Amino acid sequence: MRIGVLAVQGAFVEHINKLRQLDTDCLEIRKRSDLSKNINGLILPGGESTAMRKLLVELELLEPLKKMITDGLPVFGTCAGMILLAKEISDSDTHCFGTLDITVKRNAYGRQLGSFRCIDKFDGKLIEMPFIRAPYARRIGENVKNLATHEDRIVAVRQDNQLATAFHPELTNDTYIYEYFFDIIAKKK
Amino acid sequence: MEERYQLNKELAQMLKGGVIMDVTTPEQAVIAEKAGACAVMALERIPADIRAAGGVSRMSDPAMIRSIQEAVSIPVMAKCRIGHFVEAQILEAIEIDYIDESEVLSPADDIYHVDKSKFKVPFVCGARDLGEALRRIAEGASMIRTKGEPGTGDIVQAVRHMRKMNSQIRHAMSITEDELYEEAKQLEVPYELLKQVHDTGRLPVVNFAAGGVATPADAALMMQLGAEGVFVGSGIFKSGDPVKRASAIVQAVTNFNDAKLIAELSSGLGEAMVGINENEIKIIMEERGI
Repeated sequence: MRIGVLAVQGAFVEHINKLRQLDTDCLEIRKRSDLSKNINGLILPGGESTAMRKLLVELELLEPLKKMITDGLPVFGTCAGMILLAKEISDSDTHCFGTLDITVKRNAYGRQLGSFRCIDKFDGKLIEMPFIRAPYARRIGENVKNLATHEDRIVAVRQDNQLATAFHPELTNDTYIYEYFFDIIAKKK
Repeated sequence: MEERYQLNKELAQMLKGGVIMDVTTPEQAVIAEKAGACAVMALERIPADIRAAGGVSRMSDPAMIRSIQEAVSIPVMAKCRIGHFVEAQILEAIEIDYIDESEVLSPADDIYHVDKSKFKVPFVCGARDLGEALRRIAEGASMIRTKGEPGTGDIVQAVRHMRKMNSQIRHAMSITEDELYEEAKQLEVPYELLKQVHDTGRLPVVNFAAGGVATPADAALMMQLGAEGVFVGSGIFKSGDPVKRASAIVQAVTNFNDAKLIAELSSGLGEAMVGINENEIKIIMEERGI
């Protein structure tokens, strides 16, 4: 199994380190030619979603990746990655991939002083959740499953092969969410 | 406070692989954000103009910083003078995302830096070598950048600082554990931080390049030398075509090993900032706050 990690900007190395720790092959995706290699899943890391979106367009990665996602490639977005997947962004008329039927609010907890860590349930299991200038989902579509709620805000969702968290599992010692993602890949129809 | 420090180091991790641009107006901030900046540094005058104007250079007007915070959704940083903890308190009060305790402004204290561990907001500080970097981290900085020589458009000092830091890190890795005590004494840094460098082969926080970056090639050079991202100060808005140059530098930082792409990005960019050579400048900012 090989996982592609979008590496145009942000905390992609942290995901790669986690994947290596789990003995998983990974591939950095920085330009179009990187897509010629076969991948079984895709991770969209944390970072600045506006910067990543700009680079996805300029490096001609947006359309091919979007097609791979709509064709069923399992994808896991964390923080900015959740924003890249979202169909709608509050107070904005743009979106990036727009494949995940949710509305996200960017910087939903305010500026850096609003960043925090907590322990809460993801799919029924208690895990550590670091939120860094994080978004949350304001609305989720009918086909979207809410996997985690923290203080009444939806912070992790799944729609078919798409998984998204508002927090950063790559910044914790817990690997549960990665295993959950691997399970989506394993059970992919 | 320890958890807060962790979150602050992690925000710097999110900025990696990105370009942080100096902006002086909300309009420039919007241009920077659209060009793909991962954060902006709000300041009244860019370093090249500070150099030209002379006199005492201070923290920017909080109203001006606020107007930039309102204009963009990416993180906003601002500078306080070295050792000026009240300017830092003011920046924290307006909820700045990162404070740059910067040698670009006139130092307010020629002995002490701000005790950054007393603050909830994160700090980035400049460093010329491993000793300066670890002293700033000991004081509570959660991100480091090379000092370079701001406002010159001359990359030589940033290269010198990055190379020196890398070479000192390699040295710290190669010596034995009992030799680390003497090395910590020589570098005038806490043993624990040097031990971390010895064990991990890197600084304990994210390390960006800054000071003199003017072209996509300069940015890629710093990335290949091991920078985790780049600050561009005067280089963008002192150039002929800021929009094009900003977006070219952003792409060059992402694909810093792709010479073909950087050749394309470097083509037809218009005039770069004129720049001043090291031996032509009167004020040496890198010597401030060591």
